[in-house]
Amino acid sequence: MKFLKQGWLVLVLAVVFGVGLTAVDRTLGPKIAENQKNETYGQIANLVPGGAAANTKEVRIGGQTVLKVYNTEGEHVGWVIPATGMGYSDAIKALLGLDAQARSITGIYILDQKETPGLGSKITTDWNRQYVGKTILPPLTVVKTTPTKENEIKAISGATISSNSLTDIVNRAAEAFAKALTADATAKNKGQ
Amino acid sequence: MSNGPAPLERFWNGILPENPVYRQILGMCPTLAVTGTMTNAMTMAGATAFVLICANIIVALIRNLLKPHLRILVFVLTIAAFVTIADRALAAYMYETSKQLGPYVPLIIVNCLIICRCEVCASKQSVWTAVCDAVGNSIGFALGLASMATVRELLASGSWFGIEMFWQAGTPSEKFRWALMALPPGAFLTLGFLLGAGNWIGEAMARLKKKPQTA
Repeated sequence: MKFLKQGWLVLVLAVVFGVGLTAVDRTLGPKIAENQKNETYGQIANLVPGGAAANTKEVRIGGQTVLKVYNTEGEHVGWVIPATGMGYSDAIKALLGLDAQARSITGIYILDQKETPGLGSKITTDWNRQYVGKTILPPLTVVKTTPTKENEIKAISGATISSNSLTDIVNRAAEAFAKALTADATAKNKGQ
Repeated sequence: MSNGPAPLERFWNGILPENPVYRQILGMCPTLAVTGTMTNAMTMAGATAFVLICANIIVALIRNLLKPHLRILVFVLTIAAFVTIADRALAAYMYETSKQLGPYVPLIIVNCLIICRCEVCASKQSVWTAVCDAVGNSIGFALGLASMATVRELLASGSWFGIEMFWQAGTPSEKFRWALMALPPGAFLTLGFLLGAGNWIGEAMARLKKKPQTA
């Protein structure tokens, strides 16, 4: 009873604020989810050439939700998959566009990053156009000189770790998705 | 409960004589971290003002119910509730800015400026005084952040609120950019120089005031 006498105000406030915040989250939650979705959908045309946001379907492959992208004629032209991993200073969240067979990269977009401004943050600039058109196998590697091989990415000078991190994230996401896609297709064939 | 400065005095003190950034040296985390651009700094100032005003009102309303040893807990609880509202509202209506501010909006909870104002003013004086105090300090904090952000954004990218200044003509490589100012060292340098300048001006004004009396 002594504790109640002393702490009732804290308890009452906690309950009142808790209820209040639930109400706020209920009202704003859908709007926030929509903002995030809009950002992803707004990038579809850039990530998959010919992709139409209106004809995109969400499907679950390999335990994650990915976007199956169709063009305006309804042909399946590619995929948009999430690619997330650790960067130099914080997690990097990216979207990766792949062709319909998940063999090559058709686009990349950085959703969220907190790399060093002016150095690692260049991963969001045109620098990342290097990934576009690369096949996912053999895995991409980062070089500090002018790339000579097809699977080489030129590092950002002063931000080798950020360049390596993003390349790793892209490699892992693309490889895992390609495997999951094959497994999914095999499972479907067996089912038929 | 009128054992403290009057409402208007509280209001004015918060803006200049007891400016949060230059005189109280409180809330240094956002002052250093989000003053890279004017847009971010002003969004942060707005969010902090919202939290400060709301927290001061609630604390002033319940000031007679506070138990001395539980008061900080009540302050933090109140502040945290309003910070969460501010954070969610930013994510819903200012998505891009909210992404850039990242963890610094939730970190308003531990902005010692707000705890300080709850402790010094709101828990001891009337609601009206607390509101004046909160508004004054919010304006003072916004001015502090604005001064930092203006210097840093102008030097780092030659723009203000993202609008490029007239001297930034030409190709991207010709533009004047001092990337250091956008980085943490730039924040520390700017704060040091501005604090120094603020103190110097303050002392010079005090000297000017004294002179007529001695003469």
